[in-house]
Amino acid sequence: MLSWLPEDVSTFGPKIDQLFYLIYYITGFTFVLVNVLLLAFLVLYRHRDGRRATYTHGNSTLEIIWTIVPALILVMLAFMSKGQWDAIKKNAPPADVLVQVTGKQFNWEIVYPGPDGKFGTPDDYQVDNDLHVPVNKVVRVLLHSKDVIHSFFLPNLRLKQDALPGREIVVWFEATKPGTYEIPCAELCGFGHSGMKGQLTVHDTAGYDAWLKERWPATTANAPAADVERG
Amino acid sequence: MSESAAIAPAAHAAHDAHEEVSFLRHYVFSTDHKMIGRQFLFLGLFMMIIGGLLALMVRWELAWPEEVVPFTQWIPEPYMSEGHMNPAFYNTLFTMHATIMVFFVVMPILVGCFGNFLIPLMIGTRDMAFPVLNMLSFWVGAVAGVLMLSGFFVPGGHAAAGWTSYAPLSSVPVYSGVEWGQNLWCISLLVLGVSSLMGSINYITTIINMRAPGMTLFRLPLTIWALFIVAILLLLALPVLSAALGLLLLDRMAGTTFFLPSGGGEPLLWQHLFWFFGHPEVYILILPAMGIASDILSVFARKPIFGYRAMAYSMISIAGLSWIVWGHHMFQSGMNPTLGSSFMISTMVIAVPSAIKTFNWLGTLWGGNIRFTVPMLNALAFVSMFVIGGLSGIYMAATPVDIFIHDTYFIVAHIHYVVFGGSIFGIFAAIYYWFPKMFGRMMNETLGKIHFWPTLIAFNCTFFPMHILGVGGHMRRIYNPMQYDFLHPLQPINVFITVSAVCLGLSQIPFAINFFWSLFAGKKATENPWNANTLEWTAPSPPPHGNFGALPTVYRGPYEYSSPEVTEDWLPQTRRLEGAVARAH
Repeated sequence: MLSWLPEDVSTFGPKIDQLFYLIYYITGFTFVLVNVLLLAFLVLYRHRDGRRATYTHGNSTLEIIWTIVPALILVMLAFMSKGQWDAIKKNAPPADVLVQVTGKQFNWEIVYPGPDGKFGTPDDYQVDNDLHVPVNKVVRVLLHSKDVIHSFFLPNLRLKQDALPGREIVVWFEATKPGTYEIPCAELCGFGHSGMKGQLTVHDTAGYDAWLKERWPATTANAPAADVERG
Repeated sequence: MSESAAIAPAAHAAHDAHEEVSFLRHYVFSTDHKMIGRQFLFLGLFMMIIGGLLALMVRWELAWPEEVVPFTQWIPEPYMSEGHMNPAFYNTLFTMHATIMVFFVVMPILVGCFGNFLIPLMIGTRDMAFPVLNMLSFWVGAVAGVLMLSGFFVPGGHAAAGWTSYAPLSSVPVYSGVEWGQNLWCISLLVLGVSSLMGSINYITTIINMRAPGMTLFRLPLTIWALFIVAILLLLALPVLSAALGLLLLDRMAGTTFFLPSGGGEPLLWQHLFWFFGHPEVYILILPAMGIASDILSVFARKPIFGYRAMAYSMISIAGLSWIVWGHHMFQSGMNPTLGSSFMISTMVIAVPSAIKTFNWLGTLWGGNIRFTVPMLNALAFVSMFVIGGLSGIYMAATPVDIFIHDTYFIVAHIHYVVFGGSIFGIFAAIYYWFPKMFGRMMNETLGKIHFWPTLIAFNCTFFPMHILGVGGHMRRIYNPMQYDFLHPLQPINVFITVSAVCLGLSQIPFAINFFWSLFAGKKATENPWNANTLEWTAPSPPPHGNFGALPTVYRGPYEYSSPEVTEDWLPQTRRLEGAVARAH
């Protein structure tokens, strides 16, 4: 079933997918166990004339076992989840590229800080639904919303984060493979929610330099990547 | 079996006077808990038809986007254009499908109908503690239903911000384009909250104060335990929803900005309030079905429930923990990630009592003498489907995995395995099981099986593939999946799901036929057609006003099936065994 996962092109994606697979095997095993037992009991203990059901009110040993075993498995999953969660959500690596994404009914407004690395200066570049990033670089996204709640979803990068009006939420990703990917909005945002999407273009190094040169012809190519060590 | 019935006639005469009431007092403004229970059942079944049809329109749109939806040409602009659906109307459809199914189908049937009908009968009393309040509870609920349905007919259309109505989409009319629809949605749920509060106070009081002599708490059937716990959850959770709805209504109508940052408000406040109500609500929907399934499994396995106390305690702990897991709906909302970890741990913990219950149900079947009646088949389906719904919850609890599957069809699959696979199969089990007591006639077993098997198969064909859609990244609440390149390979699954959903809808026809045919022409039911132990089966079918002749006295727990003390394989709670009076259990 998990073969339906979209191709992963992010650095933290494989860890999410590993956990996904682990839970898949654990729950799959439990599902089979419970249903095989259920079917076996239904066949073995179906009504037959003259038979009488076993009179028992329970078995403390069994009940303790089937309390403790699931509890231990769930605690293990909780700790594994916490480790990955902190790595993705709390301990963001230093950023190479900075970009601001603002959800608005029904587009993603992208703002690049330009060669000076600062927002709100004349060399900013603003465009709807067109996000360009370099491969193998940490991209830091400052998420905003102008109206309702939107959700910035990159299926191929295993990234999803709601964008809230009145708040700046910082997320990051590092793409591992050049290509173009879709950026749907994943939170209901009104009648135009369906179809609200942008495009992420992950460039290889040469392609990214070319894109920068085309966008900011007057300055050196790698300037936007400089000095964004903030937060 | 009916030692206690021997002294019935004298005591019963006192209640005969109540029988001669007008048609209006008997069928409409009744204070009899059984009639109110039946009224809630008809309300819920009627709303289930509407909710189901809305779901089928949603499904049709997803399988064949922007094509003509059959039988809808009569719906006017701006909702439908000659059978083509407007995206805003699509949002209304899934919003109202969920709202109706949660608040006007599952709650009225499981809590309203079976709570009302079963509590006095199963604890051995004549009626609820506050019969007039009980009548008001139904009629206030019916007014809420009318208000909710009236939203379809106001300019601007009905609410379209999802059943969760996240602010500020829901709180600022221009963002959704919906005016009075959303206001009526709020007002209807506020009114319904009053109805549920009246019901829950009644249930709690009745269960605490009015149990028959000998009916200790740990001799209560698990159905009553579940309803007792649910009543407490309702009493504590609904005021929070009402407060949130009040704030939302003020934002919409009085110009306040509780949820709007530009006015100093906070959008996440809505989500915290809504889910603080919403997660206990999920257990309000499933706990009664757990209790009902426990009772039915024990009756038809002819075996005591395995680990009775563990079953009661696990329901209590689910209810307690349900207050501290609401944040798992908000992992990707922008809530502090550290707080996310706390909610992840509490959510993992709440899976433990659910696991205990599942294994105890298996333990109940082990060594039984299982009769595959229609109520039993539905109860077994409940167990099997609830296991899938419970296990799929673990994916969402694991916060890193939730990053990907949040707001996808994986969530839709999960809630439907819990609420349809769980609550609705619980409802079917309960209707087939208690129909003879409710209406004095048996339902048809063959038609019941013709209803059950296609429903089970079509249910799984409809909802299981939604897990695959979710794994593929298919978002919820989108109107046209073909707008996304990465969803194109998944479209055949959408078509398969829709075909299955139509089959699932058609599978309910034998149920409707069976229900109404049995109502008038079913085989007359005896007092105790299932050879069950609990008190309702010592009353006539259907029970008269006042339920019992002399009030029953309870000598033991509800699950003494195949007890070595008697030759039959059941031992009613009311039956007094000579020489065994002093036994504790």
